[in-house]
Amino acid sequence: MELKKLSLALLLVGTTAAAQAATTIRYDCWPNHDKTAVDKIDEFYAANPDIKVEVLSNNWVDHHNKLTTALATGDGAGDLVCIDVEKIGAIVNQGGFTDLTSAFGADKDADKFVDFAFAQGKGTDGNVYALPLNIGPGVMYYRREHMQDLGFKPEEVTKDWDALIDWGVELKKKGVPLVGHAGSIAQTIINTEVEEGNSIYFDADDKPIVTSERFVKAFTYAQKARELGLDGRFGDWSSEWFEGLKQGSFAIQFSGAWLAGFLESWIAPDTAGKWGVEGLPAGFYGSWGGTFLAIPAQSENKEAAYKLAQWLTQDRDIVLYEFDTNAAFPALRATFDAPMFDEEMAFLGGQQARLLWKDIAENIPSVKPSKADNIARAIILEQALPSVVEEGKDVKVALAEAEKLIVRRMRNL
Amino acid sequence: MSRSLSSGAIANVKNPQRKQRRSFNQISAKLAPYGFLTPFIVLFFVFSVFGFVFSLYLSFHQWNPVAGMASMRFVGFENYTFSLGEPDFYKSLYNTIWLGLASGLSQHLVAIPMAYLLVSLGSKFRHFMTSAFFLPFITSTVAVSLIFVNMYSANVGIINKAIVALVNLPVINWFMDWVNAFMPLRWLEDRTLIKPAIAILQFWKFVGFHLVIYISGILTLSKEVEEAAILDGANWRQRFWHVALPHLRPFIFFGVTLTIIGSLQMFEEPFIITNGTGGIGNSGLTISMFLYKVAWEWLDMGWASAMSWLLFLIIAAVTAVQFFVFGKKGLGEH
Repeated sequence: MELKKLSLALLLVGTTAAAQAATTIRYDCWPNHDKTAVDKIDEFYAANPDIKVEVLSNNWVDHHNKLTTALATGDGAGDLVCIDVEKIGAIVNQGGFTDLTSAFGADKDADKFVDFAFAQGKGTDGNVYALPLNIGPGVMYYRREHMQDLGFKPEEVTKDWDALIDWGVELKKKGVPLVGHAGSIAQTIINTEVEEGNSIYFDADDKPIVTSERFVKAFTYAQKARELGLDGRFGDWSSEWFEGLKQGSFAIQFSGAWLAGFLESWIAPDTAGKWGVEGLPAGFYGSWGGTFLAIPAQSENKEAAYKLAQWLTQDRDIVLYEFDTNAAFPALRATFDAPMFDEEMAFLGGQQARLLWKDIAENIPSVKPSKADNIARAIILEQALPSVVEEGKDVKVALAEAEKLIVRRMRNL
Repeated sequence: MSRSLSSGAIANVKNPQRKQRRSFNQISAKLAPYGFLTPFIVLFFVFSVFGFVFSLYLSFHQWNPVAGMASMRFVGFENYTFSLGEPDFYKSLYNTIWLGLASGLSQHLVAIPMAYLLVSLGSKFRHFMTSAFFLPFITSTVAVSLIFVNMYSANVGIINKAIVALVNLPVINWFMDWVNAFMPLRWLEDRTLIKPAIAILQFWKFVGFHLVIYISGILTLSKEVEEAAILDGANWRQRFWHVALPHLRPFIFFGVTLTIIGSLQMFEEPFIITNGTGGIGNSGLTISMFLYKVAWEWLDMGWASAMSWLLFLIIAAVTAVQFFVFGKKGLGEH
């Protein structure tokens, strides 16, 4: 009896000690990328019994604002945080995140990921600060009733931008706008035709390049599309845009692989079989969006956080689960041989679209984020481009003014 | 006086214990209010005073928040001079004043006569109409702004559909047919329409609030004065102009002050209507939106803080002018 009591006491002490030894880390993200860490966490615990994970989820805007505040005060950030590729440039180069190259030798994992995505997580010092969780290989979605049914071929209308505009003119005769908003043409050219060594808006020395040929070309095509009446004059995510996607009232949409999942699950589930995908015009490759994982420098559990980051970004089954449930296209090469990549997607009219996305992902050129991307993006896409498209402002004048503003506003960076 | 003091002193000498108890009671009676106020004072200092002081401090520094507190660098008045040289600062200030005048003035110009009308129509009708007009004020700004975005939609929005239906009615069509040439109105994509679109939403949301204030004001007008005016032969219009309106002066003062402060801080409605961008050519960008963008998107907290203090000075100046114009009469003093 006494022996029994003693062994019970020992067991209790042992259990308590084990519980105390467990490291609890917090993972901050936004819906639905927080879902995998909740659904599959038991598998992580099985391999890492000494780590406990709490998930804190906020909407996209609140998540990034909260992260900014936490980095500012040096307290309150999760041990592992999601960060959108759009926000990465402004944060990575300011010292808020742990240098994963120095701390964990993250560089050795470079080959595991598609090149462009791995490069996006690097700072200007060339070290890795964030690991890619998912990417958005860019394609042109098109409605089949405005393409094949009218005798057009996707590969021909995407031969170059002029061919696309010519197709738009033909569609206009039938009363169908080519695209929701002409600005999306400019945005596609700006984001995908980046010259080697440059970032989207800056050269290697962080000087703005928004008056360069790429921007002039982008703005000119957008202006031309508007002048020819080829767009529906409504922006992405507007009520007319949703309606247009449901009804097929415009012909194409440039976007990432994730849009197929969005269309199928909630935007336009009744449009199965009516869609097709094709590579971007003129043979360029680009990415729409992407999510990364980073460890704030203030974290006291960096090792445990890195284990979770590795599990979420490099465990083949977990990454495929995220792809399957969230339509979040993987950056992890090891997933590309999974059978689901060869499947014909009924929603896209039986196309093997995942193979196309995989091919695109492997070919997207590496473009490093720049620290003033957010400033330049706001000025170019929210101000200069609308002034050209909506108000017919001269392209070169608009770009010159934009460049001045960018230089002025990045004075502290 | 001296007598009571000396007798008190004798009593204290006689009974030191009572003296102690009394002084303890006196102290605790003095401290009690502070004790009750402590929760408020603590919260006020943490969430208000600290914020004021810190933003003033920040406005003299260059600081990117994601680089941590250590990266703060003193720059003197640079953020202020930079703000004053920034074209979008003036543009957003102009937009804010435009919106404040368009929606603010119309709110008061409609609410005052309507309040008088509703009071004249009797209590049953008044209660129903007041509740109906007040309802938008208590709805969620974000929700109604999103609904207005849909209503303003060029091709599928109910506003354009209603305009088209109206101008094509049989008789109206004879003289309103020209409107069809301008349809669909692109409320949210046209530089000239975006500000009216925001002002209409503001008007709809806040007119009921002012209506309630003015109805309360008119109800405080004594029956005798109203009846005396009727006996003197004043008609409805004269009673409104010469009796009700002068009586409402302090209420108008209060309402206009709230409108000035609220308008200059306008943020949520234009933010949602323009999807956070400020609209074409920044024509829907208010000053609060601009400083939010500078702080949270461009991560320049010093510049944003300097602009917020400039905004504070502007609000203080405009309110001071209003005090000066209305004078003491505005406060109901004679």
